This record gives sequence, C-alpha cells and structure tokens, in this order.
Amino acid sequence: MSNYSDPRADTSLKLCEHCDAVFRRIRLDPGERAYCPRCGTELYRNNDRRYGALLPVVLASLIVFICCNAFPIVTMEIQGVSTRTTVWGAVRVLALEDMLSVSTLVFVTTMLMPLVELGLLAYLLVPLWLGRIPAGFGPVVRLIRLGRPWGMIEVFMLGIVASLVKLSAMATVIPGVALWAFGALTVLLAVVVSFDPADLWEHAEAIEAGYPPAAQERP
Amino acid sequence: MNPVRTAEQAGVMECPQCSAIHPRRRGGSACDRCGAALHLRKPDSLRRTWAFLLAAMALYLPANILPIMTTGTLLGSQTNTILSGVVYLWQDGSYFVAAVVFCASIVIPIFKLAVLLMLVITVQVRSIWRPVERTRLYGMVEAVGRWSMVDVFVVALLASLVRLDALATVRPEPGAIAFGAVVVLTMLASMSFDPRLIWDPLDAHDKQA
Repeated sequence: MSNYSDPRADTSLKLCEHCDAVFRRIRLDPGERAYCPRCGTELYRNNDRRYGALLPVVLASLIVFICCNAFPIVTMEIQGVSTRTTVWGAVRVLALEDMLSVSTLVFVTTMLMPLVELGLLAYLLVPLWLGRIPAGFGPVVRLIRLGRPWGMIEVFMLGIVASLVKLSAMATVIPGVALWAFGALTVLLAVVVSFDPADLWEHAEAIEAGYPPAAQERP
Repeated sequence: MNPVRTAEQAGVMECPQCSAIHPRRRGGSACDRCGAALHLRKPDSLRRTWAFLLAAMALYLPANILPIMTTGTLLGSQTNTILSGVVYLWQDGSYFVAAVVFCASIVIPIFKLAVLLMLVITVQVRSIWRPVERTRLYGMVEAVGRWSMVDVFVVALLASLVRLDALATVRPEPGAIAFGAVVVLTMLASMSFDPRLIWDPLDAHDKQA
C-alpha cells in the first residue's frame, strides 16, 4: 500500500492543464490561488482551510441528501385535489411514460452521482481523519473526479424553481421539506466541489510520513 | 512574447489525476502514485470530440423542433417545444425565469456547439490564432455545459406532479430525449477535447523561430 510514497511522488512542479506550461510550485496562503500567466487558467489553490471543514460538510450533505429524497419537493392543489412529488416520483413517472433514457438521466444526475460523490468522499475522509489511509485510495480519488461533472444538484434546484413558476399559474403550490433541503444541499455541495479530491494525496502522504497535514511545508 | 517553459522543454508530464510529475518518456504507462494512465495529451482527443460534436449537432434540430411536453387541462391541451416553453413563461409575466431558461436551453447549447466546432477546426488546421481567447472560451464551455439540463428537470418534475387525471396532466414528449442527448453529447465532446492542442502549434512555431 506504500507504492505511492516510496519514492515520494514529485509534486514540486505544476503543469497548466490547458496550455502545458511548467511552473515551480510556491506555497500559497490559505484561500490564495495560482493562475497560469500564459493562458489564465487556475493552476492550484491552497485548500488547507477547506480540508479542515470538508468532513463535517460531507456528513452534513449526506444527511441533507436523505431529506431531499425522503420528503416531497412540492405539493400542488387544484380545486381541492392535491398531488405531490419526490425526486424518485419524477424518475418513476418518466420511466412509466416510456421515457427510460430521460428517466435514467434524471436518476443519475440528481440521485446517483451526488450520492456516489458524497459516499466516496466520506469513505476517504473518515479514515484519513483517524490517521489511516483507506484501501483503494487512488482509484477512489479518480472515481470521484470522473463522476463529478455528472452530479447536477444545483441545476436541478433551478429546474425546481422554473417548475414552480410554471405551476403557480395554474394551481396553488405548497413548497415541501425537500425544496428547502435542496436549497441547503446546493450550498453545501458548492463547498464540497471547491475542493479537488486530488489534493487528498498531499494529506495521505503527510499521514504516511507521520506528520499532520497542517504542519506540512512545501520546499 | 512567450517566456514560459513548456512541459516538452522541461521534459516532464503530469499525472492528470493526482498531479504527480513524471518524465515524459513515461507516457503510455501508469502513474506509480495513483495508478491512472499517463498520456501526453488526452487520447484520440480530436477524433472523439468530432464524433460527439457531430452526434450532438445531428440531434440539435429534433431537440428544438420536437415537442418536449404536452400540458392538458380542462380548457384544452397545449404542446410545447423548448422555445415555446420560454415564450409561454415570458407571456405569463415570469420574465426572470424566462430569461434564465432561455439562456440555459437556447443560448448555452448554441454557444457550446459553435465554440466546440470552432475549436476542433482551428486545432485541426494547426491555427496559431488567439490561443488565450480560445482557451478561455473552452473554459467557459466546460463551466456552463451542465446548466442546459434545466428543461429536462422541469419536464420530469411537471410530468410527475401534474397528474390530476381529469383536471390536468403533463406528458413528456420525444423532444426531451433528443434535448437530453444533446446536453450529454456536448458535455462528452468538451471533456474529450484537449485544450493543450490549441497551444501545440504555437510551441512548435516558437521552436522553429
């Protein structure tokens, strides 16, 4: 399990992922970012402050995610008749209406991918917090990065708002618990995705080397 | 004008997944830190981008012409396309939401298709024209792509919510499938494009000079 720490991976340089320019890494203060002077792309940032908050935010997101899916998003009333729906309800109806591809798309982007990202992050962060490196560290980090573009909670949130506006013309709409939960989850996930899972390598190597991440100094 | 050192001059490459630095000759092997495949450039970048892009362009027309949903009420039924949905919102007085949906569903898909097409063509002919601006446009395509999914989510929510049989129903229509496919295909196209290809002809040009 120590194939990546011996010899220690060279991360003294940073390549711009958009134009392939090479730079020597410098130590940034928390919150600072480095940009490529040639093409303007963000190269890296100091995420130490975020890393400290990441595990609590991931766990909170998991709890809020359950609320998002357990409660109705909205209840609608026309002349005394009322209906309500959850995310799963939307997925199910689309499947029943012979829209299996769209149903799958909604399921993957609003339920599966956000859950996979949060679950895998928790799988990595809890052991790291305890000072251990979980099995399959490398593949799991890669999996999180691979799945990330396909989680679309914030876009779904906009879809809910647009739907409510359309509905309010024809019926009485009563916001459900999940609507507020989705609002909260959008904010929490914004914090989560501002952290690049690849940065976890630094923390893992710091643990392997036997000192806490905060004390790590770059040459 | 161009004082930066490139990875080729420095003889290094970076693992795309964990940022470890390797010598360039390691291209084609696996990163010994995280196990990811090491490539100097995204594999088959241009061919894959062309394929996803052409598929997306082929589906773009049906995505806009076919209806995405039918709303039925006691007063009759109404079939909407992407654009007529936006018009409906606008006439309804919901200007802000209409503007947001217009941007997400009409402007962003056209912008993505146009920019990606321009990028693959200029890279194909090894153009050295405005690399900074082209790189920035690519960054924008990457960032905004997902927002086009809004209409798909609206159809999904309305279809499951408005099921008051006699009173009102919303049925999803085939346009939703085509539109969802366009969004996914353009996302795949921008993911498979390697922006470093924009800079390669420039670096080769500098080397000759």
